Amino acid sequence: MDAILLQILNGLDKGGAYALIALGLTLIFGTLGVVNFAHGALFMLGAFCAVTLKALLSLEKVVLDETQQTAWGTPMEIRTPYIEAWLGDFGVTLLDYSVPVSILVAIPIMLIIGIIMERGLIKHFYKRPHAEQILVTFGLAIVVQEIIKSQFGANPIPQPAPDIFAGSADIGSLLGFDPGRVVYPWWRMVYLAFAGIVIGGVFAFLQFTTFGMVVRAGMADRETVGLLGIDIDRRFTIVFGLAAIVAGLAGVMYTPILSPDYHMGMDFLVLSFVVVVVGGMGSLGGAVAAGFLLGILQSFASMNEVKSILPGIDQIIIYLVAVVILLVRPRGLMGRKGVMET
Amino acid sequence: MSSNSFNRRSLLKGGVALGAGLAAPTIFTSSAWAAGYTNEPTGSTVTFGFNVPQTGAYADEGADELRAYELAVKHINGEGDGGMLNTFSSKALQGNGVNGKKVVFVTGDTQTKSDAARASAKRMIEKDGAIMITGGSSSGVAIAVQGLCQEAGVIFMAGLTHSNDTTGKDKRANGFRHFFNTEMSGAALGPVLKNAFGTDRVAYHLTADYTWGWSQEGSIKKYTEALGWQTEAAVRTPLGAGDFSQYITPVLNSGADVLVLNHYGKDMVNSLTQAVQFGLRDKQVNGKDFAIVVPLYSRLMAQGAGENVKGIFGSTNWHWSLQDEGSKAFVKSFGQEYGFPPSQAAHTTYCQALLYADACQRAGSFKPSDVGAALEGFEFDGLGNGPTLYRADDHQCFKDVLVVKGKENPDSKFDVLEVVEVTPRAQVEYPADLLGGELGPYNNGG
Repeated sequence: MDAILLQILNGLDKGGAYALIALGLTLIFGTLGVVNFAHGALFMLGAFCAVTLKALLSLEKVVLDETQQTAWGTPMEIRTPYIEAWLGDFGVTLLDYSVPVSILVAIPIMLIIGIIMERGLIKHFYKRPHAEQILVTFGLAIVVQEIIKSQFGANPIPQPAPDIFAGSADIGSLLGFDPGRVVYPWWRMVYLAFAGIVIGGVFAFLQFTTFGMVVRAGMADRETVGLLGIDIDRRFTIVFGLAAIVAGLAGVMYTPILSPDYHMGMDFLVLSFVVVVVGGMGSLGGAVAAGFLLGILQSFASMNEVKSILPGIDQIIIYLVAVVILLVRPRGLMGRKGVMET
Repeated sequence: MSSNSFNRRSLLKGGVALGAGLAAPTIFTSSAWAAGYTNEPTGSTVTFGFNVPQTGAYADEGADELRAYELAVKHINGEGDGGMLNTFSSKALQGNGVNGKKVVFVTGDTQTKSDAARASAKRMIEKDGAIMITGGSSSGVAIAVQGLCQEAGVIFMAGLTHSNDTTGKDKRANGFRHFFNTEMSGAALGPVLKNAFGTDRVAYHLTADYTWGWSQEGSIKKYTEALGWQTEAAVRTPLGAGDFSQYITPVLNSGADVLVLNHYGKDMVNSLTQAVQFGLRDKQVNGKDFAIVVPLYSRLMAQGAGENVKGIFGSTNWHWSLQDEGSKAFVKSFGQEYGFPPSQAAHTTYCQALLYADACQRAGSFKPSDVGAALEGFEFDGLGNGPTLYRADDHQCFKDVLVVKGKENPDSKFDVLEVVEVTPRAQVEYPADLLGGELGPYNNGG
């Protein structure tokens, strides 16, 4: 029972990341009709907002100590972070909380990146076939990741969670299990809560604001909304920026779980596309539901008991589900009738 | 009409005779007789081919390998401070190139993909005239490129490859490895783990699902089970899984009190970080402190795992903090050139370039079979690992192996590992037939 509970938690946590990326993907597809293969790169760029902020906060004053030498015979460098020297304990705290603080930095940066990406490149491909959209956005993703690699290197860069969230919570003892049987890292629980808040925020924005209402109307019938004199293209550009923010924030908060490197977006992109297809292209609710569902399925498929019966199932389960869904219900679990059914 | 008349036929005959006469004094020397091997150098230079990951997951290791190769070429050609040429026991190289030829080099990008690595090696051999190929940061790539070099008739001096198979079941006559292997890691770690954790332990393995991971898992199981440890489970994880939480949670209540992470590179960084986040380093099981072991450490990767490596045992081929004369000379030379200490990948590739050049010089030839004969059974010292043997039977170097531990209080970002034991060469030696495979004959190409 404890093993099942732990795998459900794993699945929810993993599903949270899938859902956040898939939400943006399906939002872009639903509004602009673009299959955006650069969306994983936005997740990665968000993570590197956190890396950059931490690097800036960690800038050090370097003083050469001529009395000591390195192993290669040069004077030893004595390094003191500026932030500590200038702000004292507050500086130390700021450095400790660099990941959550990065959210504030990532929101405007990701919005600008999203708008530049849409206005500068993707809008020229609206009327092109999906194959061309995929090629150009995939190419863009490769360019972005190579730029990141040239600046930050290829190795993962650790981003620790704030000290207060280090270690694990013994949640099993709250549920009547023996102490230590069901423990789960604090930061993963924070991530799960964060994913829930962001998903809820996006839904609320689209459901309860005038802007959201117009966007939903545009998703349903773009032409009619245009005939009413509403500049739907401008709103869809902002939706692209919103999707970029969601992907970026998912990346920022994921950095303590997965040390960021230039390739992390590509690793999530394929899975997130499968999530979108299973949930239904253009369906926001479908993306979220499929994200959590596939996350949980993937976790259960990794259990030793399951793998002993079906070796390798953990590596194919998501694709297996996608194949079944495409055969049985091509529009996905919650997709609109007619979308991707021809 | 005269039979002695001077005509075209007689001129040709005379020319051939004169040419043979002039060539006679040199035709019996090895280099002249060696005509017909792949890319025999004819000009004033000889071209080395450095095949390293310049893109992809191991690009940072590849960059360090390339730095080391460039430094080695400088030293072989007599530039710079000479580095480990000054401490190398063989004094064949004089700092004027190899066999009177200046060393130049070409590079290829393996991308840490076997097909890309073979393509770049093929290009360097066929288009650039490389006399040898060296480098790489993965066993899958090393085995693939070694096979290609055997077919092409050039020597392959392997870079960072740790799988037993490289000089075991997949060994080839034209291939040579300086780096240690999983068998040696197991032999070196076993006694240290016994001292640190005792003989009554239950291990749980998470293993990268490819040739190196299987090799590493097998070796650690062999040596820990010999100590009396039990193996609770050995679970294969997909390469590049990213999030390992679904593989780590079953460890929590499995009854195991040791987690062995047979992961390297990004997988190691992620699985170790996540295992620590799940509280495994601070857990108590069976009345004992839970332990994590990372059998193959890389300093570059350990930096990626940050504070999570503290106190975690593993093994490594070489470390820049060693205090022998060879290591000090290399660290000084590399550090002054680039501003930071070299990695183990840089060390092994530097050594391979020097060892190849030295073997060519001693053989007086670049012909693969002559160079191979010079490397086989070669005993040397002064390259940072103590007295070393290039064993003739499998073309594997035997030398001391380092057992290291994540440092508790590092002085700098490079200072993440501390050497806890230098395991003597005798303890990691094994019979040549243990790992199977056949070297087969040399291929000189031509």
